[in-house]
Amino acid sequence: MKYIGKFDPQKDEVVRVMDKDGKIINPKLAPSISDEELIKAYSIMNLSRRQDDYQNKMQRQGRLLSFLSSTGQEACEVAYTMVIDPKNDFFVSGYRNNAAWLTMGQTVRNIMLYWAGNEAGAKAPEGVNSLPPNIIIGSQYSQATGIAFAEKYQGKKGVAVTTTGDGGMSEGETYEAMNFAKLHELPVVFVCENNKWAISTPTVQQTKSLNIAVKAIATGMPSIKVDGNDFLASYAVAKEAVEFARSGNGPVLIEFDTYRLGAHSSSDAPDVYRPKGEFEDRVPYEPLIRLKAYMIEKGIWSEEKQTALNEEQDKHIAAEFAWVEQNKNYPIEDIFNYQYAELTEDLKNQLTEAKEFFAKYPETKDGGHH
Amino acid sequence: MAVINNIKAVTEALDVAMDRDKNVIVFGEDVGLEGGVFRATQGLQQKYGIERSFNAPISEAMFAGVGLGMAMNGMKPVVELQFQGLGLPALQNVIANISRMRNRSRGKWTAPMVIRMPMGGGIRALEHHSEALEAIFAHIPGIKTVMPSTPYDTKGLLLAAIESPDPVIVLEPTKLYRAFKQEVPDGYYTVAIGEGYKIQEGNDLTIVTYGAQTVDCMKAVEMIKSTHPTASIELIDLRSIQPWDKKMVIESVKKTGRLLVVSEAVRSFGVPAEIIATVNENCFDSLKAPLARCTGYDVVIPYDRGEGFHQVNPQKVVEAIKKVLDYKF
Ligand SMILES: Cc1ncc(C[n+]2csc(CCOP(=O)(O)OP(=O)(O)O)c2C)c(N)n1
Repeated sequence: MKYIGKFDPQKDEVVRVMDKDGKIINPKLAPSISDEELIKAYSIMNLSRRQDDYQNKMQRQGRLLSFLSSTGQEACEVAYTMVIDPKNDFFVSGYRNNAAWLTMGQTVRNIMLYWAGNEAGAKAPEGVNSLPPNIIIGSQYSQATGIAFAEKYQGKKGVAVTTTGDGGMSEGETYEAMNFAKLHELPVVFVCENNKWAISTPTVQQTKSLNIAVKAIATGMPSIKVDGNDFLASYAVAKEAVEFARSGNGPVLIEFDTYRLGAHSSSDAPDVYRPKGEFEDRVPYEPLIRLKAYMIEKGIWSEEKQTALNEEQDKHIAAEFAWVEQNKNYPIEDIFNYQYAELTEDLKNQLTEAKEFFAKYPETKDGGHH
Repeated sequence: MAVINNIKAVTEALDVAMDRDKNVIVFGEDVGLEGGVFRATQGLQQKYGIERSFNAPISEAMFAGVGLGMAMNGMKPVVELQFQGLGLPALQNVIANISRMRNRSRGKWTAPMVIRMPMGGGIRALEHHSEALEAIFAHIPGIKTVMPSTPYDTKGLLLAAIESPDPVIVLEPTKLYRAFKQEVPDGYYTVAIGEGYKIQEGNDLTIVTYGAQTVDCMKAVEMIKSTHPTASIELIDLRSIQPWDKKMVIESVKKTGRLLVVSEAVRSFGVPAEIIATVNENCFDSLKAPLARCTGYDVVIPYDRGEGFHQVNPQKVVEAIKKVLDYKF
C-alpha cells in the first residue's frame, strides 16, 4: 500500500503529487498512467467544464432546469470513476457529478435531457452501471453499501463507488452505511468531495472534525485525504482504494480536498455568502490548469491541441443540446408506465382519464412555462 | 398594514414571535446568514443573533429530534426543512417521537414545536422538490398540520402554530411564495388552527381546497361562468388540514348538496378521500350528486417535462365542476 494507511487523517496529512503549476513535487507518489489515459482524463475534464458553462447559459435563458455543476471538481470525479469498470462495478452518484457521469459513459445528451426535465436522461446506457442522480443527500451511501453487499454475497468481483459532499457527511445515514459496510467488509469506496460549501453553509458550520476523512475512524475503516484538484494524486489514491476494496479488504473513505468554483446550483448567488477573495484565491489551484500545465511540460499537450479539443467539444455540446430541445417532451403514458411492472386497473383508468383530458385541452399541460 | 407576499409573511411572523419570546429560535439548512433557500429567515440572524437563527448541519432527523428536546425543555423551536421531499429523514422523529410525547409521558412532557417546510409542485424543481405529502402528516395523531395560501393566513397561522401547545407542521406551497401580495396587519395576530375560510358563498356546489389549488379553484370558478352562468359556487380554503373545519364544510354541503375537493396530491388515500368520507357520513340526505375529487394521479410526481400532466390546473377543476353540476340521477 502506497497511500492508504501511509497518510494519517488524524494529522491532516494530504496526498499531493503536483503543485499548483502542475510541477511534480512528489515523484514517488505519482501513479503510473499512460499518456493516452492522461489525455483521455483531461479531455473528459475539459468536456465536463465546457458542458457546465454551456448549461449555465442555457439555464439562464430558461431552457434548462436548475442544475449543479462540477466546475472545479473535475479532477477527482474523473479519477474515481476512471478506475472502475462501468459494466461490472457501480457508481452511485449524488446530483453534482457531471464529470463522473461522463467518465462512466453517461452521455452529454442524457445528462442534458435530465436537466431539461425528462427522466429518460437518468437512464444510463447499456453496460453503464451509473445510478440516477440521487437528490436525497446521504442515501446513496447506503445504496452503494447494499450493492456492495450483493456483490460480495453473490461472489461477484464488483466494487461500488459512491460520493457525497462535506455537507452530506452530516447526514446520519452516511455514518450508518459506513459502519455496516465495515462490519461486513464490503467492497465499497466512499467518496467525499469536500468542496467547502453546502449551499451557503461552510464546512466549519457542518462539523468540528479535523477533516472529513477522520469521520471513518469510528467505524474502523481506513480513510485518506487527497488533494482533489490534483488529478495524479486523485487517480493514484482512487485506484489503490478500488483495488483494496476489490481484494476483500473492506471499505475505504476518501476525502477529496477540492473547491466548488461555481454556484451551488444555477439558481444561487455565492457572492452573498462567500467571503471576499476566497474564490479568487482558489482559482489558481483549479484542476484543469494544473493538469494541462503538467501535460504541456510533458510534451503531450499543446495550445493547438487545446483549441482543437475545445472546438470539437463545443460543437458536440451544442449539437446534443439541439437534439435535447427537439426531444425533451414525452407523452402522457410516460408518467404512468414506470410505476409498476404492470399498470394496475386503477392506473389504467387514471391514464384514460388523463388522456381524454389532455386530448381536449392540450395547452393546459404546459401551465404557461415551457 | 404592509402589502407583502407569502415569504415575507413567514419572515414577519418569525420576527414578531422572536421579538415576543426569546425562547423562539429558528434553525435549519442555510437558515442563518442567507435566510434559507427561499430567504424566509433573512435578516433574523442579523437581528436576533447567531444563537437564535442559525445554520444546522445537513441532518434532518437530528433537526426534528433536537427540536423535540428543546421543546420538551421550555423552548419554542421553529425548524425549517429545506423542502418537504428532502425532509423525509425527519419523518421518523415526527411520527415516532414528536407526535407521541404528550401521550406517552401522560402529559408530563410535550412537544410545542413547529416544523415548516416548502412543498408542492409547479416551480420547475428537481426530483423530490414537488411532493404534496400532507396526507401523511394528517394521518398521524398528535400533530397538527396547516397549509396557508395567503400572506394573511401564512403569518397568522405560523404565529398560531408557534403559540400552539402541540407540535404543528406548517406546509408552505412554494408556488405561492412570491405569487401575489396582500395587505397584512403589522405586529401580532393569529389565525386559529382548524378554521377554514370561505372565499365565496354559493348555493349549488361546495368546493373545498387548500394551498396552491385555491388559486386554481378561483380561476376555475371564473371560467365556469361561460358554460354555467347561473351556477352559484361556495369556495372554501381549508387552511388547516388536521384538525380541519368539518363544521364549515358540512354546513356548506348541507346547503349546496354537492361537493368537489381539489388537491394536487396523488389521488389515493389522500385528504380529499377523508373529506368525502366525512361529508358522506354527515350529509347523505342532502346530496344531489356523487362527492367528487380533482387531484393528481397515483404516480411519482413527474419531473418537469411531465409535471404539467400531473398538476391540477384550472381547466381540470372546471371539468370536475361540470361533472358534478351536470350530474343526473
Ligand atoms: C436529505 C436532503 N436534505 C437537504 C437537501 C437539500 N440540499 C441540496 S444540496 C444541499 C447542500 C449539499 O452540500 P454538500 O453535501 O456539501 O454537497 P455539494 O452540493 O456542495 O456538492 C442541500 C442541503 C437534500 N438534497 N437532501
